[in-house]
Amino acid sequence: MSNSTSPVSVAKPHPKLQSHFFSMDQQLEASTLGMWVFLVTEVMFFGGLFMAYIVYRHMYPHAWVEASAELNWKLGGLNTGVLICSSITMALAVRAAMIGNRTQQLINIALTSILGATFLVVKFFEYKAKFEHHLVPGPHFDPSLEQGMQIFFSLYFVMTGIHALHMVIGLGIMAYIFIQAWKGTYNAEYFAPVEVSGLYWHFVDIVWIFLFPLLYLLGAHGA
Amino acid sequence: MKEADVQQEPSYLGAPYGLASWLLTKDHKRIAILYLISITIFFAIGGSFAAMIRAELVTPQGDFLTADLYNKVFTLHGVVMIFFFLIPSIPATLGNFFMPIMIGAKDLAFPRINLLSWYIYVVGATLTLAAVIMGGVDTGWTFYTPYSSISSTTNVTTAALGVFITGFSSILTGFNFIVTVHRMRAPGMTWFRMPLFVWANYATSLVMILGTPVIAITVLLIAAERALHLGVFDPRIGGDPVLFQHLFWFYSHPAVYIMILPGMGVISELVANVSRKQIFGYSFVAFSSLAIAIIGFLVWGHHMFVTGQSIYAGLVFSIITMLVAVPSAVKTFNWTATMYKGAVVWDSPLFWVLGFMGLFLIGGLTGLFLGAMGLDIHLHDTYFVVAHFHYIMVGGGVMAFLGGLHFYWPKMTGRMYSEPLAKVASMLVFFGFNLTFFPQFIVGYMGMPRRYHSYPAEFQVFNVLSTAGATVLGAGYLMILLYLVYSIVKGPKAPMNPWGATGLEWKIQSPPITHNFHETPVVTEEAYDYLHAPAPTREVTHHE
Repeated sequence: MSNSTSPVSVAKPHPKLQSHFFSMDQQLEASTLGMWVFLVTEVMFFGGLFMAYIVYRHMYPHAWVEASAELNWKLGGLNTGVLICSSITMALAVRAAMIGNRTQQLINIALTSILGATFLVVKFFEYKAKFEHHLVPGPHFDPSLEQGMQIFFSLYFVMTGIHALHMVIGLGIMAYIFIQAWKGTYNAEYFAPVEVSGLYWHFVDIVWIFLFPLLYLLGAHGA
Repeated sequence: MKEADVQQEPSYLGAPYGLASWLLTKDHKRIAILYLISITIFFAIGGSFAAMIRAELVTPQGDFLTADLYNKVFTLHGVVMIFFFLIPSIPATLGNFFMPIMIGAKDLAFPRINLLSWYIYVVGATLTLAAVIMGGVDTGWTFYTPYSSISSTTNVTTAALGVFITGFSSILTGFNFIVTVHRMRAPGMTWFRMPLFVWANYATSLVMILGTPVIAITVLLIAAERALHLGVFDPRIGGDPVLFQHLFWFYSHPAVYIMILPGMGVISELVANVSRKQIFGYSFVAFSSLAIAIIGFLVWGHHMFVTGQSIYAGLVFSIITMLVAVPSAVKTFNWTATMYKGAVVWDSPLFWVLGFMGLFLIGGLTGLFLGAMGLDIHLHDTYFVVAHFHYIMVGGGVMAFLGGLHFYWPKMTGRMYSEPLAKVASMLVFFGFNLTFFPQFIVGYMGMPRRYHSYPAEFQVFNVLSTAGATVLGAGYLMILLYLVYSIVKGPKAPMNPWGATGLEWKIQSPPITHNFHETPVVTEEAYDYLHAPAPTREVTHHE
């Protein structure tokens, strides 16, 4: 059993230990397991979209390649790089929290936030271009395009839009742990919030790692 | 526990006082009570829609409700009962209250998230009620495309967002339960010492976290299609409405198990208690919950036998549907075997147990009829289907919920209700229910379709019987509400263990203190050790 720690607690409980837990270890284990379970729900949430993607790509293989060619793979590739870098700085931030290094925490959380914001700025310009090229589904969608391309763009906007929403939430979380780190909250005994935020951040990155090739790299660009 | 200490600490109900202390509480027991009040309100709302349906169907002509209004009424009956009553019913109330106590924890792993889930539920419910006030929604609770996404002019977007938001309250409950079962068990509370109610809620939680996100994204796509023109299911741009049905039923079939699995957990507790015996085949009952949760995810296609899904897919879904009946049957046989040669006591919980077993059996067996592909072609979209799922969801789910509510009421409120009244009410509900829904099997088999406000005159006698039954059923529910509320005011004080039951929840005072236990319990015995259980006592002893 994981929580076999004796309930007879030590003289002075840690100030961050919530009263319904026996020990800091139990609290940390609960937090990380909680985040993993939450990420499972996220996988299922995106899973519904990936299912729709598979069905329609199978149904309209040619239109899918045509539509993918309308996306800017260079900007998409740039954003992939940006997010991978942000995952590295995030991992470093967690490490810094575990050893209680306040300066390193602040630097790495700030870098992660800047990279996340960069991603969103690039995404904004990509969306803007789609509006200008009449590739946004609805009444203004270019009617000369092949059947199926509109669905591609619907899925493109829903998938990347929900992903971007997760990035925005992630930036909010970064702001919170930055402030806490500033106050010196995290140390070797109490770093669970940084750890679970890191898990979340990596997950959002991984979603993009799947979205990028599936949306941007169909067919041979430029060939 | 030292008996002298028991009264020194106030119960969770009175520590501290005031509305704000309830609305900002992190105590799982208080959150359970908040949920209980909310779902009772929604049960009443959903029930009044049902009453309107039954009133309309007394006569063959459509004279009480117009066709459009009837569409809205049955849609709202379904939406409210499923998303706002049945899904949260047992997990969010009895599960929330007792699951942590049963495993010897002070609270769920994430008390704040638990409160958040109730607020999310309230927001989603408010949005849905707003859709009702703005003029309702007429798509059926299934929101089938393309009607819901491009044709219907009613408030689909608002209702869909309401369902989307409420889904997250269910996800958060499931998430909290899973972490709690894994990480919060008291010393000695091994997996195979956990009460079966905990196992059932654990399996339910798995379905909640794996299924609910899929319905969330699916109804979000409907809302996006209506509000933002992001068409995914729209056939005019090459979309596939049947894809919606796949995604919808991928959640909504397992959702049936969200409604029935916790009920099976309650019945396992009650059966052992009324038989005063260890449950027969504990591990089989425990694993059958997991089996139902897993296999339940692989049967959704049986809702789509007539949609043009490939016949081979239909065959596979039909076979797996037969398979999911096996773990349910395992449970039913084991409950029966538990009662066999048990010292059965004629307390009110027994009445709910027997009612559940009878109704669930009929509901389950008629499910096999519908799972058989050939027969389903005839029965699809008839009242046979309506009768079948009401036998499971109301006959099974609601009977188990009421059984659990009666069994745990003394612990939750610290008061006893009137046993004779409870027995009368359970009989009213049982007979009223059968009178309502059994005729629907017959009239459905004869070919009366669902979802119409008028019908051929030869079906009238069955519909009159059905409406008469619904009246009795409604009276039964009302009676329960009245005597339970009365018991809070005037009922005698409940002792620690009125049913002589086993389990940690019966070793603490009624109602419990905020942290449940004065000292963390150390578990040394198996679940349902009725050989060593105390005798039932309805009297409060002097030291309690």
